[in-house]
Amino acid sequence: MEQLKFSYPARSPVARRVHVGVVGSGDLEILLEPSADQQAHVTVTTSVAGFAVVWRHVLDRFFSRFDGAAAIEINDAGATPGVVLLRLEQAAEALRE
Amino acid sequence: MSTAAPPLPSGRGLCWFQALSGAPGLLPDGPRTVRGADARVGTEAVRVLAVVPDAGNRFRRVRHGEVGLEEAWTLAREVRRVMAADREQRARPIIALVDVSSQAYGRCEEMLGEHLACAAAADAYASARLAGHPVIALLVGGAMSGAFLAHGYQANRILALDAPGVLVHAMSKEAAARVTRRSLEALEELGERVVPMAYDVRSFARLGLLHKLITGVDADAPAAADLERVRAELAAAIADARAGARDLSSRLSSPTARSFRAASVAVRARLAEEWDAS
Amino acid sequence: MSFRTRQSFIELAARARARALLDAGTFRELLGPFERLKSPWLALQGIVPQADDGVVVARGRIDGAGAVVLAIEGAYQGGSIGEVSGAKIAGALELALRDCERGVRVRPVLVLETGGVRLQEANLGLASIAEIHAAIVALRRHVPVIGVVAGVVGCFGGMALAAALCSCLIVTRQARLGMNGPEVIEQEAGIAELDSGDGQEIWSLMGGEQRVATGLADVLVEDDCTSIAAAVRRAFAGGAPPRSEAIELFRARLAAIDPQQPPTPAELRALWGREVAR
Repeated sequence: MEQLKFSYPARSPVARRVHVGVVGSGDLEILLEPSADQQAHVTVTTSVAGFAVVWRHVLDRFFSRFDGAAAIEINDAGATPGVVLLRLEQAAEALRE
Repeated sequence: MSTAAPPLPSGRGLCWFQALSGAPGLLPDGPRTVRGADARVGTEAVRVLAVVPDAGNRFRRVRHGEVGLEEAWTLAREVRRVMAADREQRARPIIALVDVSSQAYGRCEEMLGEHLACAAAADAYASARLAGHPVIALLVGGAMSGAFLAHGYQANRILALDAPGVLVHAMSKEAAARVTRRSLEALEELGERVVPMAYDVRSFARLGLLHKLITGVDADAPAAADLERVRAELAAAIADARAGARDLSSRLSSPTARSFRAASVAVRARLAEEWDAS
Repeated sequence: MSFRTRQSFIELAARARARALLDAGTFRELLGPFERLKSPWLALQGIVPQADDGVVVARGRIDGAGAVVLAIEGAYQGGSIGEVSGAKIAGALELALRDCERGVRVRPVLVLETGGVRLQEANLGLASIAEIHAAIVALRRHVPVIGVVAGVVGCFGGMALAAALCSCLIVTRQARLGMNGPEVIEQEAGIAELDSGDGQEIWSLMGGEQRVATGLADVLVEDDCTSIAAAVRRAFAGGAPPRSEAIELFRARLAAIDPQQPPTPAELRALWGREVAR
C-alpha cells in the first residue's frame, strides 16, 4: 500500500463536496471537498505501489481541464489510468450539478 | 483434488457436560449430537446444553463436532422448552457449553437451509435472554463461526477456560489458510499483529467480549477443585447477568472493549448523534 | 398504455440502492464517507480502506413512515463485515429498537450483499454479526425487519443467519442465499460434494427462485428498482410469524429426509413448497 500526495494551483473555489466510486478491485473512490487554501491537493492511497509517475500524469491531465481549489482523497484498488480519469471526471461533473 | 482433513473432534464438550450435570444428557427425541440436562450451579437449577461429536451421525458432514441442521433446530427447541417450562416461574439460567468446530459444510445442508437452522438457534437463545433467562456461554474448546453464532454467541455473558484448544474465529485456521492461500505460519503471524485475527482465547479476551477467562483449570481432565472453580464462576456470571441489561451492551463497556472495540463504540456514539435530523 | 423502462437494482452501488428504497427526497445518510470512520485493521495489512467501510446507513421515509436502510456495498471486500461495517448495521438497528420502545416507529430494511465475516477482521466481524442478530430479534417484536438479497454477491455466512431472521425476505432470481459459499464447500468437502464452478447446480440449490419455492424466502422480484421498492413497502404490511420460530415444522421435515437419498432441489419444492413456514 502506498500513499502519494500532489498539489496543483487553483483559481476557482469549490462550493461543495462530492463522493464517487467504490474501492472495488480495479476501481477507486474519490472524496472531493473544498480545500483549505487556494490550491488543489490530492492524496492517493493505493494498493499498488510504484506508480507515482503514472498518477502524476493522470492528475496533470485532469487538472489541465479542471480548475478548483479542491481537497481530493483517492482510495484506489488497482484502477487503470483510464478508470481513474473517468472517476475524476465523474466527480467534476457531480460538482457542476 | 483431495478434500480437507476433517477437524479433530474434541472430547471436552462431553467431558464438561457430564462433569457439570452428572449425566450424559441424551435427549429422548433428539440426535445424539445434542445434549441437554438439568444441573445445579450454586443454589440454582440451571439447564445445560451442548453439541458433541457423533461419528455415526446420519448426516455424514456432521460427524466431528459440527453444528448441522438437526443440531441447530434441536438447540432451538431445547431452549424454547426451557422458556415454556419457566413461563410462570423464575427464568432459569441456560448454560451453553461450547466446543464446536464449525457449521457443517455440505450440499445437503445448504439445500435444506442450514443458515435458517442456525438462525433459529440464535433466535431461541436471544429470545430466552430477552425473556429474562441468564444465558451463559462457557467455552471449553472451539467456538467457531456459524456454530458459535448458533450456540453461545447470544449469551448475556461469555466465559472461557484459559487452555490450549479454546479457539474463537470465523473460519478454521486450515480452511482460512486455503481460502486466503496463505500458510498456517503466515496466518499465525498475522494473528500476532492483528489481534482480531488471532485464534487463541487469550487474544480473544483482549477484545472485550469475554466476561471471564478462567485460568488454572485442567480443561481435559478437571479435578473436583477445577469443577468447583468453574461452578463458582458460572454462579457469579449468572448473578452479574441478572443484575444487568438483557441485551449485549456489556460487550462494549469493559475497559478492554473500550480499547480494542473503540471503533465499535465510536460508531454507535456518532450514529446516536446523527440519528435525528438536526 | 404506459411503458416503463426497467432499472436494474443489482447494478446500483449500495448508496443508490438505499436511495431507491426510500421515499423520494427523504434520503439522509449517517456516517457517510466524509466522516471517514474507516476500518482500524485493514491498513495494517496493506488493504486500502473505503471511507464508509462498505455500509451505507440511510434514514428517510418509507410510505411516509420513518425508516432506516442499511445497504452493504458488495463491491468492497465482497461486502464482508468488519468492525465498523458491522457496528454501523448493529448500531442503527439498536437505535431503531430504542425508538420503537419509546413509541416512535422506525421501519428497518437490510440490503444484504455480503460474503459474511471479513476474515481480515475475523473476531470483530463475527462479534458484530452476533450483535446484528440480537438487534433483529429484539426489533422484530416491534416492526417487521425486511431483508433484500439482490446479487451479484448474494448473502452468505453469518449474514445469512441475519437474512433468515428477517420478518420478510425479498430476493431476485440472481440472488444466492446460503450458509457457506460454494467455493468454501468445495474446498472443505471436495468437488464431488459441490462443484463451485457449476452455476446451474449452485442456483438450483441456493438461488433466489429455489429459496422462495421451498419457503426459505418470501418474495421473488424482478431486478427492477420500482418492483423491489414496492415489495419492500408491501412487506411492512405483513405480520406472519418469523420462519426462525418454525421449529416443529422444520424438525419434522428433516426427520422425513434420508441424507443418504436426499430429495433433488425440484423434489424439495414439492415437499416444502406446499406448507409455507409462516
